[in-house]
Amino acid sequence: MSGVLRHELQRCERATDAGGGGGRHVGAPSSTGAAIDEANRVAVERMAAVRPLLAGVARAGDVIPGLRPGMLLHAGPPIEWPRASGPLRGAVIGALIYEGMAADAAEAEALMARGEVTLEPCHHHSAVGPMAGVTSPSMAVWLVEDAAGGRCAYSNVNEGYGRVLRYGAYAPEVLDRLRRLNEEVAPLLGKAIGAGEAVDLRALVGEALHMGDEGHNRNRAGSLLLLRALGPRVPRVAPDAEAAAAALDYLGGNALAVLNPLMAACKLIADAGHGVAGSTLVSAMARNGTDFGIRVSGLGDRWLTAPSPVPDGLYFAGYGPADANPDIGDSTITETVGLGAFAMAAAPAIVTFVGGSPEEAVGATLEMYEITVAESPHFTIPQLGFRGTPTGIDVRKVVELGITPRINTGIAHREAGVGQIGAGLVRPPMGPFVEALKASATALGIVG
Amino acid sequence: MSARRQLIRAGAYLDSVVLLELQRRLSAEPGVLRVAAVMATPANQEVLAEAGLGSDETRAARPDDLVVVVEAADDGAAAAALSRVDELLTQRRQVAATAARPRSLESALRLLPAAHWVLISVPGAYAAEIAWNALGAGRHVFLFSDHVPLAEEVALKRAARQRGLLVLGPDCGTAVVAGVGLGFANRMKPGPIGVVAASGTGLQALCAHLDALGTGITQALGTGGRDLSADVEGIAATQALRLLADDPATRVIVLVSKPPAPAVAGRLLAEARAFGKPLVAWLLGVPMPARRVGNVWFAATPADAAELAHTLARHEEASAPDFGGAAAGAAEAASGAAARPRSLEGGSTAALPVMERPVAHAGPEGAAPPGRWVRALCGGGTLATQLVAGLQLLCDPLYSNVALRAEQQLDDPRTSRGHCVVDMGADELTAGKPHPMLDAQPLAERLTAEAADPEVGLLLFDVVLGDGTNADPAAVLAPAVEAARERAAGEGRPLTVVALLQGTSGDPQDLGAQAGRLTDAGALVCRSLEDALAAAWEHVAQWLPEEPAAAVPPAAVAPPFAAVTVGVEAFHASLVAQGVEAVQVDWRPPAGGDPDLMDLLRRMR
Repeated sequence: MSGVLRHELQRCERATDAGGGGGRHVGAPSSTGAAIDEANRVAVERMAAVRPLLAGVARAGDVIPGLRPGMLLHAGPPIEWPRASGPLRGAVIGALIYEGMAADAAEAEALMARGEVTLEPCHHHSAVGPMAGVTSPSMAVWLVEDAAGGRCAYSNVNEGYGRVLRYGAYAPEVLDRLRRLNEEVAPLLGKAIGAGEAVDLRALVGEALHMGDEGHNRNRAGSLLLLRALGPRVPRVAPDAEAAAAALDYLGGNALAVLNPLMAACKLIADAGHGVAGSTLVSAMARNGTDFGIRVSGLGDRWLTAPSPVPDGLYFAGYGPADANPDIGDSTITETVGLGAFAMAAAPAIVTFVGGSPEEAVGATLEMYEITVAESPHFTIPQLGFRGTPTGIDVRKVVELGITPRINTGIAHREAGVGQIGAGLVRPPMGPFVEALKASATALGIVG
Repeated sequence: MSARRQLIRAGAYLDSVVLLELQRRLSAEPGVLRVAAVMATPANQEVLAEAGLGSDETRAARPDDLVVVVEAADDGAAAAALSRVDELLTQRRQVAATAARPRSLESALRLLPAAHWVLISVPGAYAAEIAWNALGAGRHVFLFSDHVPLAEEVALKRAARQRGLLVLGPDCGTAVVAGVGLGFANRMKPGPIGVVAASGTGLQALCAHLDALGTGITQALGTGGRDLSADVEGIAATQALRLLADDPATRVIVLVSKPPAPAVAGRLLAEARAFGKPLVAWLLGVPMPARRVGNVWFAATPADAAELAHTLARHEEASAPDFGGAAAGAAEAASGAAARPRSLEGGSTAALPVMERPVAHAGPEGAAPPGRWVRALCGGGTLATQLVAGLQLLCDPLYSNVALRAEQQLDDPRTSRGHCVVDMGADELTAGKPHPMLDAQPLAERLTAEAADPEVGLLLFDVVLGDGTNADPAAVLAPAVEAARERAAGEGRPLTVVALLQGTSGDPQDLGAQAGRLTDAGALVCRSLEDALAAAWEHVAQWLPEEPAAAVPPAAVAPPFAAVTVGVEAFHASLVAQGVEAVQVDWRPPAGGDPDLMDLLRRMR
């Protein structure tokens, strides 16, 4: 229902008030409802106006606001070291070794125990990172900026599958590989970006959805589109053929290569919708491996959290649910803006996650329309007649219908360093949405 | 002692998710301990190695080779499992039988934008919320749910009226809209009769009788049992009546109601008087004032109502479309006594007087406008009681010394108040005087006194002829009528005087002469209670308040019918069985039924 219509009805109701309500609320829509609808409309309009461009690669400490030596960024809502889960602990240890602040795990643990290292959420620094999301000052990050100018968002460089830092692995070969990526491959790709026009990530993911991606668990097409965009530029800026080959192999061989810049793009979009007074739209969903948290546009910078659940999914050979860590990572920023599980209908190749049939994938997306207020003008789904993906999660709808957002996710082993052991679906707990509803009511002056 | 078997297939690209599913299914095969099903990429080679499932052959496989390794309790089990790989890969999962169902009205309407009705049958505590959403989306509502608070019903119906939308219910058990049965509906043939019913089973009883008579309906619009209460003011019934009045296919309207507030029922009947179409009213608990008042007929039972409606519909078909008034009498005369159906006997015995409708005018709010009240002065006690029964439907407030209800009691019959029916033959008025049937003088004096009151607009009195009664009542009454009318005219206010003349052609007073002299004096002479009531109703109808309402468009009840259903699954199934496009909402109590959260949500929508 449009806000105008609600308002009109409400006016009619006032004009003809029976006066027989006897204190019980007669359910005509309220003017508060109309104000919330309007705030939400403004928020999604601002989100839709963002055009994220992949602008380059830089050293995190040089570009990320507030990231100083002795500080590490991590995925999810804020967390104190003692509560950190295995993958996050491993990634922090690895990052401290990577930064030269610790020689080994024991030293790193001791540093953390003495509180000599500050842990802050990526989200507090215009950044996002998949899984543990640990980003240290000397790591490379993708720069994504809004074509309208002004704002920038950042994400680290995806290491691909296997034993990787983002799953908490910190063995020497893991860090060596990370160093090569950060110091050779990523800077070269940054030069390639600079050698031509910035890559329009909104258009890229829009196209990828038509090629079977959903932008979170499946990014094969998007990564190849990025290869297509940067490939011709790489040889021109590469010092030698080997370096060029390594960069091209990274883009083409890592089906997750585009995930991180895409997440930064999503962060840029979601942040545009944040901070609209009275809005009940979710502007961030993130997990730190211990807590799941959301932020709401009209509720400022506070996080509403609950224990992070263990995903329901398919496990790699030799692993099962008992091995799984609670859900972790900032990659839910994709769902926050209408990608990932919200665009499941577009990705028939991975329908096994939702029960195995394309019909069920369509059902998954249709369900998300129930809790959103808009359809994306940029991300469309061929299977649904090019309908825009469900965008703008309204905590009112989530609580009313009892439907929490669907999230596609990778499953991390609960112990540091083992890595990914599966992939699947997770539903966040209802608690943070209920709390957000109550906090919104308080902010709007409905309850004291 | 476990056994291991493996399968390596070159150039068979399979998505990792498909392979994970294959792995899960193979693991479920009898005797199988561990399974790996992977493309032999370097990363997966590592996985195989770590799981201890690698072999020289698998290590030699290339990245685009499919590798399946099965470890089982014995070799037979491993071989059996491996032999099922192709079957498992090609076997389609059973697709969930039901398509995804919308969880909210909003998304259901997005799926079926053509749905112009929303059928709600969820528990009452939740129903109004959905009805508000439906109205907000510009949809008509069939509200089957009961236990919806009265205040909510009033608010919903008022909002609907403002927007030209219908709210049928709450507690509306049944309706037939555009040929489609809703709720507990009977399958009905199309026919000439339109039904408006504030009674679900009443509507169904009527439909059964109509069907037995071989006829059918245009629409049967249930309104919910409380619609004709003083609180709800017959909002839905009024909208429904107007729809049917404007519907050319509806020749006769039947109005059914559980015991209504008489004033609300009366207002509907007054409106029906203006339609011209015949309307049969079966109102439970309301004494029938007459068989008919103009085009409004009264029925005692559903069978009676059905028979009357059917007869009238056939009559309509055979005669001019304009029924009621003089045309009706003419049509009846033309069709001949033999053709007149039995059920019409007992109706009017004379053509209704052709009346010029007075120009409607409303007085200032609060004070009674000049010329509003109806005052009836009756020599016959039975007539007085009948008038109370007939006028109480429209006249509010009504007082009488032969009151049918306590609040109508007139304390002093010598002093009229409001709309008033006075039995002039009552003991208090005849003590020491002759009965008005013997001497018309007291009646004439009272007539003069009433006419002097500027708030009186219609005076009604009766004249009963016959042996032993007043030898020439017109000699006394006609001058009083003339004087009263002249006085009113002199003061510039309208005054209608109705004389109900009762007698036979053989009576000594000369029926024709009496009628002539009263007519000459300016009285409207009626020969039956029905005609007198019709005149009174027409007078009162001028002052009925006009509620601001947007007309319900005929499309509301025109085919094709399409709806969103929320609640009882059977009602959706019934629509589908009737070939109707309908989407069922997979409804659950909002916020899991938590009352505090529901209240919060209500205040935030």
